[in-house]
Amino acid sequence: MNRDHFRVLVVDLDTGQSQVEQFDGRDQAIGGSGLAALLFEKYGRKDRPWSHADQPFILAIGPLTGAFPLMSKTVAAFKSPYHDQYTESHAGGRLALALRFAGYDGLVVTGCAPGLSILELGSRHIRIRDAGYLRGMDAYATGKLLRRIHPGGSGHRSILRIGPAGECGLAMACINVDTYRHFGRLGGGTVLGNKNIKGIIIQGDSGFSLPEGSDYQKLFATVYEQVTATNMMQKYHNLGTAANLQVLDDLKALPWRNLQQTSDPETITGVNGETFADKTLLRNGACSGCPVGCIHIGYVREKFHQDNRYFYRQVAYDYEPIFACGTMLGLGNPFEVLGIMDEMEKMGLDAMSGGVALAWATEALEQGLVSVRETGVELRFGDAAGYRQAARMLGTGANDFYTLLGQGTLRAAEAYGGRDFACVLGQEMAGYATGELFFAAQSLGFRHSHLDTGGYSYDQKHAEKDVDRAVQFLLDDEPGRVLLTSMVACLFARSIYTEEMLARCLDVLGYETLAGNLPELGEQIRCHRWRLRFATGFRPEDVTIPKRFYRVQTWKGPVDPAYLDQLRTRYIEALRARVEPD
Amino acid sequence: MKILTAPHMERCIGCHSCSLACARLVHKKLSWESAGIRIRSAGGLSTGFYAVRCLGCADPFCVAACPTGALIRRRGGGVLLREKKCIQCGDCVQACPVEGIVQDRDGRIYVCLQCGQCVDYCPHDCLEMREARSVEPGEVIA
Repeated sequence: MNRDHFRVLVVDLDTGQSQVEQFDGRDQAIGGSGLAALLFEKYGRKDRPWSHADQPFILAIGPLTGAFPLMSKTVAAFKSPYHDQYTESHAGGRLALALRFAGYDGLVVTGCAPGLSILELGSRHIRIRDAGYLRGMDAYATGKLLRRIHPGGSGHRSILRIGPAGECGLAMACINVDTYRHFGRLGGGTVLGNKNIKGIIIQGDSGFSLPEGSDYQKLFATVYEQVTATNMMQKYHNLGTAANLQVLDDLKALPWRNLQQTSDPETITGVNGETFADKTLLRNGACSGCPVGCIHIGYVREKFHQDNRYFYRQVAYDYEPIFACGTMLGLGNPFEVLGIMDEMEKMGLDAMSGGVALAWATEALEQGLVSVRETGVELRFGDAAGYRQAARMLGTGANDFYTLLGQGTLRAAEAYGGRDFACVLGQEMAGYATGELFFAAQSLGFRHSHLDTGGYSYDQKHAEKDVDRAVQFLLDDEPGRVLLTSMVACLFARSIYTEEMLARCLDVLGYETLAGNLPELGEQIRCHRWRLRFATGFRPEDVTIPKRFYRVQTWKGPVDPAYLDQLRTRYIEALRARVEPD
Repeated sequence: MKILTAPHMERCIGCHSCSLACARLVHKKLSWESAGIRIRSAGGLSTGFYAVRCLGCADPFCVAACPTGALIRRRGGGVLLREKKCIQCGDCVQACPVEGIVQDRDGRIYVCLQCGQCVDYCPHDCLEMREARSVEPGEVIA
């Protein structure tokens, strides 16, 4: 499996032809984020819009994928429909190992299929098949049909699909990966929809020889023991990320009701991690190659006929969707939250973007900026029924209002007003109202993810307002995370995969050069990613922070507007310094 | 002699650690397929998982089907594969009613050796090594 080059499958939907390409650069790009940037450099059209047929959709895995536990993520890279700039989205599930066992480090899809299609590939097959009959189908039903269309390989294949949101061109359309994981942010679903790709099935039907000797086996056992026999991953294994809900509410850092509050001690007990586990948790799931099993699957049960006729559905929950489809909408019942997440899933909407957008719409309706004529339904904080209907309308772009809102909350706010209370930090906010550094970092983050840097964590530990120190923290923190996303490790495993451990893992597989250069490579890939972002139109000065964020209460007290602005100014300078020649 | 059993598959989270461990430790491979135990889902992740493996038959169909005597009965249940005698015809794969044996693209045969190394890599204790014996009246096995 140790190759000194990347093996990448390039599929041209215009011609229906595919090529297996070899790329040099393993020792510089590593894989994942670095490989994606390398591939976008070659196939991307920086000066053309995201919707240009030539723009690539890229998947990339890393040198340790499948060989060590929790190396279970895949990077998707594309020019985003949300802001027309280069970006990444990350997902777990089976995809990473399926791609590994199909024999590829990366997949590049260019062009546009003549009609709605599915792409199937494995180590010995590539097919593009018409799938017009899937048009308009929700993500669940699509998954079921794709499993029937492509029989065999159950358990050893990964199925990506989009829902109506991706077909109708919404910038907040996600890609569903293996039912419970997602390429959520920045519109990957619409990138596939624009290419007329409803689904991708990747079958991991091959294998690789491992190094001779026992060194690899011993190191694997060491890492596996750390993952399973210590408490390092207990948080993710137990309540899962939903554990954060109570913690952040206690800290006055949990957004409620479109960020009008940051704590609601009475209501949080209805939707915190303990309540979700006690009342709704059906079972747990795992990404392939990860024994932690952080996927928490709850259920919604509905009575559809008075004669005690019920159905139920399984819905995976996590901290972020609970925040966006729960506390942000003022909900205190876990089943109601799952019901809204279920609608988002079916539509193929990013649950975070969708929930935050509906929170803004609620306040816009309260203030009379929009009416029920636009929203189609009364939206009131705490009223789940209205939000379920609204999620469906948002996901299908049911009218002009929802079509615009689906392009991003700020786009709707520009048309209807209400920009001040749009909770957008580059993209609809993540659920961490921890303070100034997080707001600055997310607004300027590469993926607009709370995991781009540890700003959310810094806020929780540092009451002092030292701009130099805080910005230096962001700058020092990012390359290590970029290293992990180049491997591509689950970021929950960052306490296990220290730089030293990564070097040992690479070394034992024969990647000695990579192992010896990790700090430098993290910095290089960080800069490469940002250069691509700037080259595709990123102007950090254009990213503004709505006024709502300046009025937030945290455990430290009110947000300090001057400190927030200084952080942003300095961080922008630092980012520019990394992409511009001296 | 013990054989591999999977009495608690309702606990399975689909991490494939067992299968990957078999491939890694027994066959020196990185693979989902080249292993004596393979995890499948029945209709997607919503319906749970099952383990495809050798059930440790006392009177295995695969042994009867093997034309070269490469597969022999293992004392206590299951089979042993003598690779030097195997001509990779795949008759054993066809004969096994539970897909317990697989053949890779190079023709190599993979079947559970009942070694139990996978058991240590199941984080939810779905798998167990147990003494093979006939089912007693009133006994229920998973």
